[in-house]
Amino acid sequence: MKKLFGRPEGLTSTLLRYCPGCGHGIVHRIIGELLVELNIRERAIGIAPVGCSVFADEYFNCDMIQPPHGRGPAVSTGIKRVRPDCIVFSYQGDGDLAAIGTAEIIHAGARNENITIVFINNAIFGMTGGQLAPTTLPGMKSTTSVNGRDVKKQGYPMKVCELLAALDGPYYLERCAVDTPKNVIKTKKALKRAFKNQMDNKGFSLIEILSMCPTGWGQTPVQAKKWIGEVMAQYYPLGVYRDRAKEEK
Amino acid sequence: MNKANKAEKKLMYGNHALVEGVIHAGCRFFAGYPITPQNEIPEFMSIRMNEEGGVFVQTESEIAAINMLFGAAAAGKRAMTSSSSPGISLMQEGISYIAGADLPVLVVNVIRGGPGLGNIAPAQSDYYQATRGGGHGDYFTITLAPYSAQDLFEFPRLAFELAEKYRNPALIVADGILGQMMEPVEFSYEPIDPESLPEPEWALSGCKGRERRVVRSYDLRPGKLEALNHQRTKKYEEIKKKEQRFDALECDDADIVIVAYGTCARVCSAVIKMARSKGYKVGLLRPITLWPFPADVLADLSKKVEHFLVVEMNCGQMIDDVKLATECRSKISFHGRPGGGVPTPPEVLEKVEAILGGEK
Repeated sequence: MKKLFGRPEGLTSTLLRYCPGCGHGIVHRIIGELLVELNIRERAIGIAPVGCSVFADEYFNCDMIQPPHGRGPAVSTGIKRVRPDCIVFSYQGDGDLAAIGTAEIIHAGARNENITIVFINNAIFGMTGGQLAPTTLPGMKSTTSVNGRDVKKQGYPMKVCELLAALDGPYYLERCAVDTPKNVIKTKKALKRAFKNQMDNKGFSLIEILSMCPTGWGQTPVQAKKWIGEVMAQYYPLGVYRDRAKEEK
Repeated sequence: MNKANKAEKKLMYGNHALVEGVIHAGCRFFAGYPITPQNEIPEFMSIRMNEEGGVFVQTESEIAAINMLFGAAAAGKRAMTSSSSPGISLMQEGISYIAGADLPVLVVNVIRGGPGLGNIAPAQSDYYQATRGGGHGDYFTITLAPYSAQDLFEFPRLAFELAEKYRNPALIVADGILGQMMEPVEFSYEPIDPESLPEPEWALSGCKGRERRVVRSYDLRPGKLEALNHQRTKKYEEIKKKEQRFDALECDDADIVIVAYGTCARVCSAVIKMARSKGYKVGLLRPITLWPFPADVLADLSKKVEHFLVVEMNCGQMIDDVKLATECRSKISFHGRPGGGVPTPPEVLEKVEAILGGEK
């Protein structure tokens, strides 16, 4: 009998330890598939973040490194500069990339480092228990903003794609989501382009992915998916923010 | 600019000698952020790495620099950075992770006066930081203290070899005087071709033809991290046993031995000559490795030497190690110039004379 569906070789056999309804598993699967489809698994080096997906170093079936919180882009730079033939991807959450690692992501983008960044935006600190993230929406409740984010006290959320699009460096920036099958397919397409850019030595690609955190949000998985489309994507519009391939045409 | 060729002797700045030493040692990766008094290192490195086809990255911060080293070292390549005290403090997070991941890197600290922004004058006030780990967690860094331009040329190779042998970060600690001093430097060994260096069996390079590899500093499984730290402690004990390095000058018949490293050892080597010409039996013990501290030779010396004088450009940090090594068998005095002061030979000699009470 022909096997129609299975775990891609880009993922190890380790069971994912994510909460029900979490978006990490979907994105992991997409990357796992792409490592195989693009035939890059054997020359890939992945950078795991700190946070819920710290165990990404156990999940992706390729060489992996686990650096300090926020420093993925710097570690990626070090690896890519000495191993330009390897495909280097940094998988980061919003606390990692938009709080403690803001400097590293901006400067890796400004240098147009030839790396691929997978940026999971779930608007909250997941692993540490649902605290305010740089991407927490105005009015949104977290364990450190129990009455909802007050922009007068806690400032405004960080729009990473828009921020990076202000720089000349980045090659490709797109914001996607994994709340619907259609958006999952779009996310895969975007990630594929991001990896291909690196294979073609084009430079820095970042794919921001709006992703569900039912546990951190206090919602059911179904509510969380709806919330992404109805609320989160209104504040963080999906779409391409930089596409130098098109500009070059 | 002093571009080096093999088997040549040239008059060079210490900082330039260090750069040539790093390149001679087969290192082709430098990432760093400017800070006085070590800016000649990244400046010259940017030129030399370009000439040698190596990587030079001027980073956005010291934090980024040390993490680029983390990446380059994990990929199995020789990698180094240089900075000065406040910058080294920023790097401590990364150094701790690199130690936790058992990776070799070279970090050069051209120490300045501290704490805080301090000043840009030469100092040795980061001794504790360099010899007690520096960042969080149970770890140590191999720490070398050069005292000449020749040392600055030769120590990078030694640092890389020790770092790779024990899979541990290595530090070279210098100061602004050593970096700015011009001296003849002999290119004392054939340059190492980076391509000739074997690829470590743990290096990340893409998993073609082998099992995938993971570099990490954490282990959340119950008891596993504890076991790993015990294992690492065994490694540190081995380093302490095998890698103590020092230079002894006129210690055999000495009534008093000065213990000093780096620039202070240079100053004190002049003191020895002055003291001997006056008939005082004074010797100099210069630790070359600050960690592992050359405790064994001091323990031996303490059985016959009545008095040790520790001279440092700080408020008295190495004195702890001397006390531990000598188990308080001998009297120990201290002369220190913190905050960018440099001891002069006459003031150290005065201290020696005071200790000896004029007895010859």
